[in-house]
Amino acid sequence: MTRLARAYPLGILGGIILLLMMLAALLAERVTSYDPVSSDLLAILQPPGPTHLLGTDGFGRDVFTRLVYGARTALIVGFSGSAVAATLGAAIGVTTAYFGGLVDLIVERLSEIFLAFPLVVLALALVAAFGGGGLGSVILAVIVVSVPRVARVVRASALSVRELPFVEAARALGAGHVAIMFRHILPNVLAPYLIMLTALLGQAILLESSLSFLGLGVAEPTPAWGLMLRGSATQFAERAPWLAIAPGAAISLAVFAFNFVGDALRDALDPRLRV
Amino acid sequence: MVPTLLGVAVATFVLLRVAPGDIAVLHLGGEGGIITQADIETERAKLGLDQPVWVQFVAWAGGLLHGDLGRSMWTDRPVSTEVSLRFGLSVELAILALVISLIVALPLGTLSAVARNTPLDYAVRVFSVGGLAMPAFWLGILLILFLLILFRWSPPVSFTPLTLDPVANLSQLIWPALAVGYRSAAVLARMMRSTLLEVLREDYVRTARAKGLGELLVVTRHASRNAVLPVVTLAGLEFATLLGGLVVTEQVFNLNGLGKLLVDAVSHRDYTMTQALVMLTAVLFLVTNLVVDVGYAWLDPRVRIAR
Repeated sequence: MTRLARAYPLGILGGIILLLMMLAALLAERVTSYDPVSSDLLAILQPPGPTHLLGTDGFGRDVFTRLVYGARTALIVGFSGSAVAATLGAAIGVTTAYFGGLVDLIVERLSEIFLAFPLVVLALALVAAFGGGGLGSVILAVIVVSVPRVARVVRASALSVRELPFVEAARALGAGHVAIMFRHILPNVLAPYLIMLTALLGQAILLESSLSFLGLGVAEPTPAWGLMLRGSATQFAERAPWLAIAPGAAISLAVFAFNFVGDALRDALDPRLRV
Repeated sequence: MVPTLLGVAVATFVLLRVAPGDIAVLHLGGEGGIITQADIETERAKLGLDQPVWVQFVAWAGGLLHGDLGRSMWTDRPVSTEVSLRFGLSVELAILALVISLIVALPLGTLSAVARNTPLDYAVRVFSVGGLAMPAFWLGILLILFLLILFRWSPPVSFTPLTLDPVANLSQLIWPALAVGYRSAAVLARMMRSTLLEVLREDYVRTARAKGLGELLVVTRHASRNAVLPVVTLAGLEFATLLGGLVVTEQVFNLNGLGKLLVDAVSHRDYTMTQALVMLTAVLFLVTNLVVDVGYAWLDPRVRIAR
């Protein structure tokens, strides 16, 4: 453990931050006694103090409480979105690399369409297509945006694995297409895949908060970090600067943590990629 | 490039038409009163939404080929007018942000590589990690907060074009450009550092040192010329990301650019406007990639010989 901590100090730090966030999100009801949704008009815009750790917002809601519940929203979007995207993307990437030919060509052209946009613009268009706003459409948007990117990375590494002798050996032993793709090729592309996954998680959280900030993601009164920065943060900039600082710090910390873990994973799993 | 654009056109068109939520209802809802089914039908007919999807697509794509982007379904003004009003602002902002990030990133990345594993290097690396983690809209909010408290300055309500008053224009756009450009600066500085570290290990650099050149000359004249190539590619890609980042940053700084137009179009279910903007972004994106490829061949003779 200490050896690990010495080798990847930032990775371990990121892991600890993530663990704490996940715990807080899971045990939100225990971590704080306030309600994240109901307003308290007698406690509007209270500065940070012993009763309200990070103060209250324009509706008298406890900012710390909303941060903790917001972590739940962010992590739900992050984990469900990137888990589905990573699974789908890996399946598509391995299949297209394995079969090549027309299938590969068609999927490549299709994914080029999705890669022809900046992330946020594509996500916005997708949210519009899924009926605007809501947790479900944000998760769907994250999935659709990420799948082509995962498929690309997995395909690139699967292409080289496909040519290795052991794949031919498996074929000679009579293994079917599915067995070769998922029993033999997939385990050998896991390293870039895992790295991609951590990157996706951070990206999904950023995307969710951007969409919520624009008012096209998670809708009030659901607590979400991006949403907390919308409106009230600049409206009460002078009276209550904590409203602008706390949620953004939470977003950055989460993305920081995922990046650190991703970098450590990359160094540990694939030393060739070390920068 | 053309098949991709056609795909983009079809994809956005179909996706938006199958979307739940009806612009006709939203449109009428703004006027108050009771909406009857007949009202909705006439409104849909007026907007051409009663036609089959493929007929709508052919009409729209036909117009597109003639340079006609149609009329906004929300404001009923021509899309091209609305776009051209805001195009300059967004592009200026993106270019300004890219220029700032290059000005910051190249020296920082170089210093970080030359002074590897010193406190200076660590500082630059912390700066880069920050840029990757901090969302541009939060940085924007922090900048506004900071400017408001220190200088009692808040973003002006109206926009001053560059041609009218360059100083006022730049003093207004520099902050959003900083907010959106920080990420690019971070990415580019990281790239500059890692490529320069690689180049500095090459034989010709050792030769340059061996013939007695000063370290400054070796780095600036010999090494950085080769190290800067991948950075240029990345800068091109970052330009596209910057355009996307504007969507959020314009909202923070209350700038009436393309990004704000897109956000409004999406929330009003304004199909024609959303389609046009999505197409426009895709075109800008693909053209940027093309320019980067051509620029690369121009900068790197090896690419030219390979052709």
